[in-house]
Amino acid sequence: MKYAGLFVMPAGFFLTLAALALFPDPGRRLAFVLCGLAVEAMGLGVAIRGHMLPRGTSHP
Amino acid sequence: MSATAPMVPAPAMSDAVFALALALLLLAPMAIAGVALINAGLGRSRSAAQAMLGNLALVAVSAIVFAFVGASFTGSLGTTEVILHAAGKGWSVLGLGPFLLHRLGASSPQAQLAVLFEFLAVAMLVQLPWGSGADRWRLAAGCASAVVLAAIVFPLAAHWIWAGGWLAALGANFSAGAGFIDAGGAATVHVIGGLSALAMVWIAGPRRGKFPKEGLSTAMPGHNAIYVLFGCLLALVGWLAWNLAGAIVWIHAPLAALPGTAINTLLTASGALAATFSVTRFRFGKPDASLCANGWLAGLVASSASAAFASPVGSLFIGAVAGVFTPLLVEVLELALSVDDPTGAITVHGAAGLWGLIAAGFFAPQAGQLLAQLIGIAALLGFIFPLIYLLFAVLNRFIPFRVDPDGERMGMDLHEIGGGAYPEFVIHRDESYR
Repeated sequence: MKYAGLFVMPAGFFLTLAALALFPDPGRRLAFVLCGLAVEAMGLGVAIRGHMLPRGTSHP
Repeated sequence: MSATAPMVPAPAMSDAVFALALALLLLAPMAIAGVALINAGLGRSRSAAQAMLGNLALVAVSAIVFAFVGASFTGSLGTTEVILHAAGKGWSVLGLGPFLLHRLGASSPQAQLAVLFEFLAVAMLVQLPWGSGADRWRLAAGCASAVVLAAIVFPLAAHWIWAGGWLAALGANFSAGAGFIDAGGAATVHVIGGLSALAMVWIAGPRRGKFPKEGLSTAMPGHNAIYVLFGCLLALVGWLAWNLAGAIVWIHAPLAALPGTAINTLLTASGALAATFSVTRFRFGKPDASLCANGWLAGLVASSASAAFASPVGSLFIGAVAGVFTPLLVEVLELALSVDDPTGAITVHGAAGLWGLIAAGFFAPQAGQLLAQLIGIAALLGFIFPLIYLLFAVLNRFIPFRVDPDGERMGMDLHEIGGGAYPEFVIHRDESYR
């Protein structure tokens, strides 16, 4: 859980790279880039959830 | 797939413009001094000397490491670069200049200015996670993080964005505006600094007693609001110089565009302060000094990306948005997500930097600029952030980030440097230990 989100985030980055390589049309490219950012946001959300500590603890 | 190719030389610069840019860069360290004061003031009094010494030590370490290794990988001194070929285009991913600044004196004046700008940028960058680690991050581990940031992370990003890398070439290769634009270091310094702060906070954990088993999180206010607010004023001077120098060095702005850039910088910060002042006044009944300082700084950070393009009214709007979300996000991170960030660097530098980059996409005159900015943001979040986390996690195995419990209880000053910042004052017992 802690690291899963951090592994998902590069997947979103590679989606944006794929958008550049695959779509010459600016509209489709923008849509694909936004999808890549959405995947990164999901990964970040999972990473945040995974790093939340139980109350009363200080060490991860 | 991998190859090297000669880099494109920088365009010529007149002597007068060179002298102006150099003078501005000599003022830019005021921003570094301001951030150092803010870092020290937002920590506790028993850790103030360690915090200030840390700021100084990290700047020194980053400068040495960048001179030895980092500057060669940014590629600002020319020679060669590593290029990957895909989709019929060349993607420049890393510079391969001479080590130890070997050809600095023989380089063009503009290349030398670029390297000086990068030295200052990396010095500012390493300070940002240091502030978030206040009261628990060991000095040795902080210096080690500066090594990693100055040798690997910053050079990679600076090459991509400033030194003709694949993000800078998005315009030429894929018709995405003028390529990813970051004239003042919103991405290379502030977003990366904010993301480094998040990685550090996750790895080191919160201060002892910050999140007790029952009730709300414990308030641990900064020990000196004057340091913090004076640091904000000092930062304004540095930021004005930084944004103007960046406009000259990185986007080759004409001299006539510089007064507008300076006015936009001031307006963005002012809009942010007014918004944060209003939000905290509305939420808490009185304006909150440390959150207002955060708002002011968030405005300055957002201006780093947008000041060279936005209109004055647009700058006010960009600042106002940064000033509204800053206190709210600081609160969400602390209360809902258990993130203990004493200086608010994750919000102030990370989130406000991202907002500034998006705003630059809206306000820049070139068509397709927003796409370029979004691709750059995707690279920062999807590649640079996991890389920082990985490097910090490995570093933590060898040089533990967190001080031992006794050190935290005693205070970082006594534990790490053997003397306090205020030896004549009585340091009160910490009421947060429950």
